[in-house]
Amino acid sequence: MAIVSLDGGRSDMAIRKYDREAVRRSRERRSRQRTLRHFSLHLLLILLLIVMLYPVIWMALSSLRPEDEIFGGLGLIPKTWTLQNYITGWFLFGDRTFGDFFINSFIIAGLAVVGNLVACSMAAYAFARLNFRLKWFWFALMLGSIMLPIHAQLIPQYIFFLRIGWVDTFLPLVLPKFLATDAFFVFLMVQFMRSLPPELEQAAMIDGASYWQRYWRIILPLSMPALVTTAVFTFINTYNDFFSQLIYLTNTDQMTVPVALRLFLDPSGGTSSFGGLFAMVLVSIGPVLGFFLASQRLLVRGIATQGFK
Amino acid sequence: MTTRTDTVAETAQAPGVPPIRRRPIPPGRGGSPFRKAENRAAYMFLVPWFIGLFGITIIPIIASLYLSFTDFDILSAPNWIGFDNYARLFTHDRRFDNAVAVTITYVGVSVPLILAFSLTIAVTLNRGLAGLAIYRSLFYIPSLIGASVGIGILWREVFGERGIFNAFLALFGIQGIGWMTNPHSALNVVIALHVWTFGASMVIFLAALRQIPQSYYEAASIDGANKVQQFWRITLPLLTPVIFFNMVLLTIGSFQSFTQAFVVSRGTGGPIDSTLLYTLYLYQRAFVNLDMGYASAMAWILLITIAALTGFIFWTTRFWVFYGDR
Repeated sequence: MAIVSLDGGRSDMAIRKYDREAVRRSRERRSRQRTLRHFSLHLLLILLLIVMLYPVIWMALSSLRPEDEIFGGLGLIPKTWTLQNYITGWFLFGDRTFGDFFINSFIIAGLAVVGNLVACSMAAYAFARLNFRLKWFWFALMLGSIMLPIHAQLIPQYIFFLRIGWVDTFLPLVLPKFLATDAFFVFLMVQFMRSLPPELEQAAMIDGASYWQRYWRIILPLSMPALVTTAVFTFINTYNDFFSQLIYLTNTDQMTVPVALRLFLDPSGGTSSFGGLFAMVLVSIGPVLGFFLASQRLLVRGIATQGFK
Repeated sequence: MTTRTDTVAETAQAPGVPPIRRRPIPPGRGGSPFRKAENRAAYMFLVPWFIGLFGITIIPIIASLYLSFTDFDILSAPNWIGFDNYARLFTHDRRFDNAVAVTITYVGVSVPLILAFSLTIAVTLNRGLAGLAIYRSLFYIPSLIGASVGIGILWREVFGERGIFNAFLALFGIQGIGWMTNPHSALNVVIALHVWTFGASMVIFLAALRQIPQSYYEAASIDGANKVQQFWRITLPLLTPVIFFNMVLLTIGSFQSFTQAFVVSRGTGGPIDSTLLYTLYLYQRAFVNLDMGYASAMAWILLITIAALTGFIFWTTRFWVFYGDR
């Protein structure tokens, strides 16, 4: 290897050590090559991004054109601009508007966020900061439950909720969150809380703080990054979640955005208005994109620390 | 992950000095009152989680094992029928065989593609390109919205007979088909949608790439290793734990994919069951035909498959995952 490197490009520089002009030229050539390489990489990446995001951009602009102009072309810019689709889509379901579906979706997602923040952080505090009997057994069980497919529990759960009359309410969707069943977020918070120095709690203990105070006053405020990550992801996951809402919400009164959008697809109902459909699809992904852009830096850092810290 | 603090403590020890070992005080009886109080407090904090673990997870899973040996249909009480459901699934049910084949294709094609895409883009972005944060966010956007019903609807239209995919093909003079109505291409559309969401894995790869010390590359280039050699000899081996992590997450997640196949096929799994993912068939059996016992058997087969496959991937790590000098 060493011999190869003596004959390679690098040794040229060593020989011409004192020829400043040559060194400068070689540096320039190198940086020019790098600029060129970077430029072509940028070009490739941008091209890939355009291909990937083209359908979404196309849909966004299609929602602004009249119905008969939507299909049959690749073009992005509408010939005639109109907001009619948004009005058609919003009122497509007769007496229920998309506003109602949004309210339902937000209630469920909001309660899920609260539930996960409270329950997961409590469990995480115990796992990360306290010693107790059978700790590692329970911790292993918690990790294992992350991998369980929900289908294995789904049917008995459904029958139970059906028997106690909770189908067509938000409870089956929200209650589990208050019981820390999203073990993934427990794990995320455990990883974070473990990294906090023990001195903080020791000082509080000497001052006579109870375990609850140590959790509530010290650990929780310091775990803000993990809490924000949990909140944002819980919101997005619950808001996007289709499977459980499809099963538990059959009534128009409780209908959420994904379940309502699905009605557009019913073979019986058919799609009466593609413009309206696109407009509502766009409105439906709005909150997710909004949340993401608002908390982007925190989020990406959060995902990066999900598995390993 | 969990042992990091321990190893740091060990390496901090001066060589030759025997480590000071604190004898652990057994908790519970005989322990100090402080330990008892801590033990009690911990279990108090875990009360909601315990209720959830048993009430929402463990007991229903056991109940579904019981139901899988019955003919339960919600309307009447369950009758014990032994292994009938399993026997029917494995010998008499063509749709089940098909759903298994479709799911294996789906997982087997999309997971490697997602891994390859996310790794390639992450390595490219990590070469010191400007605007890393912007690229990262843009590539991540599909992962945020990819699982939503709205995007499933959009996908259906994009690959429809009059969709923009065909309009794009027409630029090259290719006459497109209705990709979603053709049984040979429909599953590919669903796979494409899944691969589209590679950004989440990419973000994890990017974070891992940043943790590789720059000095490794400097040392390698002094020894004359070129970029390609550096990738195969340094980057890739050091990334294997993360590749493994992503692979497990993706495999478990892909087996449970439901929404997009449901939306794109209008809930049917068609055309001719070509997009009938396992979970979609399970849903139809349980909530359309109300074959709760049968569907429970399917759920248990899924559970065991995922557990076995995860275990298998864990086992293979000894051959390809590099954990440093441990």
